[in-house]
Amino acid sequence: MSAFIQYTLQGLATGGFYALAALGLAVIFGVMGVVNFSHGAMYMLGAVGSAVLLDVADVPFWGALVVVPVLLFLFGILVERLLVRWLLALDPLYNFLLTFGLTLLIVDLVKRRYGVSGLPYELPAGLEGRVTIGGLSLSSYQLFAAFFSVALCIAVWLLLTKTRIGMIVRASTEDAERTRALGINVGRWVTPVFGFGIALAGVAGVLAAPFRAITADMGSNFIIILFAVVVIGGLGSILGAVMAGFLVGLVEAYGQAYAPSYAQVLIFVLMAAVVLVRPAGLFGREEAS
Amino acid sequence: MRHTRMISLAAMVAGSGLVLTACGSSAGGGPAAASGKISDDKIVLAVLNDQSGVYKDLSGPNSVEAVKMAVEDWKAKHKDDAVSKNIEVVTADHQNKPDIANTKAQELYDRQKADIILDVPTSSAALAVATQAKTKKKVYINIGAGTTALTGAQCNKYTFHWAYDTYMLAKGTGGTLTKDGGKKWNVVYPDYAFGQDMTKSFEGQITAAGGAIGQKVPTPFPNDNFATYITKAAADKPDVIGTMHAGGDLINFVKQYNQAGISDQIKLAVGLMFITDIHSLGAEQFKGVTFTEAWYWNFDEQNRAWADKFQAKTKTRPSFAHAANYSAAFNYLEAVQEAGSDTGDDVVAKLEGKKINDFFLRNGEVRAADHRVIHDAYLAEVKPASEVKEEWDYEKIVATIPAAEAFKPVAESGCSM
Repeated sequence: MSAFIQYTLQGLATGGFYALAALGLAVIFGVMGVVNFSHGAMYMLGAVGSAVLLDVADVPFWGALVVVPVLLFLFGILVERLLVRWLLALDPLYNFLLTFGLTLLIVDLVKRRYGVSGLPYELPAGLEGRVTIGGLSLSSYQLFAAFFSVALCIAVWLLLTKTRIGMIVRASTEDAERTRALGINVGRWVTPVFGFGIALAGVAGVLAAPFRAITADMGSNFIIILFAVVVIGGLGSILGAVMAGFLVGLVEAYGQAYAPSYAQVLIFVLMAAVVLVRPAGLFGREEAS
Repeated sequence: MRHTRMISLAAMVAGSGLVLTACGSSAGGGPAAASGKISDDKIVLAVLNDQSGVYKDLSGPNSVEAVKMAVEDWKAKHKDDAVSKNIEVVTADHQNKPDIANTKAQELYDRQKADIILDVPTSSAALAVATQAKTKKKVYINIGAGTTALTGAQCNKYTFHWAYDTYMLAKGTGGTLTKDGGKKWNVVYPDYAFGQDMTKSFEGQITAAGGAIGQKVPTPFPNDNFATYITKAAADKPDVIGTMHAGGDLINFVKQYNQAGISDQIKLAVGLMFITDIHSLGAEQFKGVTFTEAWYWNFDEQNRAWADKFQAKTKTRPSFAHAANYSAAFNYLEAVQEAGSDTGDDVVAKLEGKKINDFFLRNGEVRAADHRVIHDAYLAEVKPASEVKEEWDYEKIVATIPAAEAFKPVAESGCSM
């Protein structure tokens, strides 16, 4: 029994991280209708960025947690301005293919510059130990990452649903013409959303640096799990992404414990089952097409 | 609805990746030259390995450099009495895919007139090239791959295996650690051919040394979240946890193992590891990890001297694969010199049974019966960062496994040529 609770805790901790990692994907899709395949590459840039900052400028983990997302926010704005926006009017498939191409480019450039074996990174100071209660124990870092992720998810949700900025952003994407008629500069609000989503991928990358291999390929496998998370949660739904993040984390932990070879397959079985019963995902809105 | 459809499309695109189908023509090109001559008036050494993917750093372009060093040193040694002064080194990228390796091997042997192919990591690719070597009757010395099939069930007259194999790794790490008191093992392995083979080899050696594997935990490949696998493997408090993961998965595993808070009580043994792995993660993360090395650059003065020359060319320290590529290329040229010919059969005759002692092969011998090249192997432990005195000085050699014991006995190899 205590083993089961231990697995559950681990699943929830992983789930919080998945929720955050999928959040940017959900925001970009929910607001702009863009399926951003480059999310995994941006996540990788977040992790590689923190390792490089540490190496060349001695920026510690906590510094990277601020600097890297800002840099990726700017990079995201650049990508939106130069590339993504020109395809917004077309079928979403075009932007999907664009971001897929972008992924290949970014991954190969990082490989050229930093090789394939990965970069070193240590645990941040103060989070090396473990928190133990009774027979249960989690590493302090895992616990921190989970709580930090959930807090950030809630903040983003509040920002988009409860604030004026959030309202303008949502209105701009629901009906650009009418919003413009109300005197709001629509273009000004859409670009930052893309940057913001990319910055969130960057935060996930920085969080991943201390406990995952920092290689150019680290996002390639991860993006598939993230897609599973947003599909299960309901595309574009922030609450859905968070809930599905936890669900996937739990399924993976139980899978690892009780059916080791099938841990990853189970996630996609779950995804298939959800899509069969609720095609729009657990928290998605059915849209008339 | 449309969006769900898009996602499934997305998944399809992502899953399919870039599948390159290569259909190799198998038009046979036999050896061109008659015995006792240098074909095409030149000796061509081809390095076929991973120039851009996961094995790039541990072998890759720097192995090509190592082979070039061997050619230079060999020319300097023989000067005017060299059987040929015209020696070329060519290279190709097989991307670790057996179909590409197969096509590239044909291209190298036929069109680029390669007399020998070297390296070829990834077992499936290595076996594909062995088949080409056999068909074309040209020499092939494998370094990068681990499968014992190269000198076992699928051995042939033209194929040699120079540096290591899964038996050597299991014997060194599994056998030695068990004898030293680590009787109770749990093994976590990636669920594909390499991981399964390694687990089987380890089980054989651990059992033979009086230990046992309690849990065998398969994981998906590739995988980046090992938290619960580690908890599960540590639950019944084994003496040793063995991991058969490699590359990025190994780094994920070790990082998460360190955070599991068990590294003080349970020893971590790694099936296959290269010094480049330690370099990329940092010694502190790997400290105390035990694994088997085919060669270590800072083992003694002789190794160090070569490593210095290597560093002058590449700005990095060599892995055992780099050293082995040099040793194989140099000794191949020696055999060509002795034979006075680069024809496959003549060179094989000179290599078979040859006893070699160079900086890489200690107490080395090219076994005639199965072409396994045997030599001393080493049980290594990663030093904590505080004991690392210079860059790349990561390993402490805790035991030397004599050549005669390190490799699978001929009687068990199952090779008939």
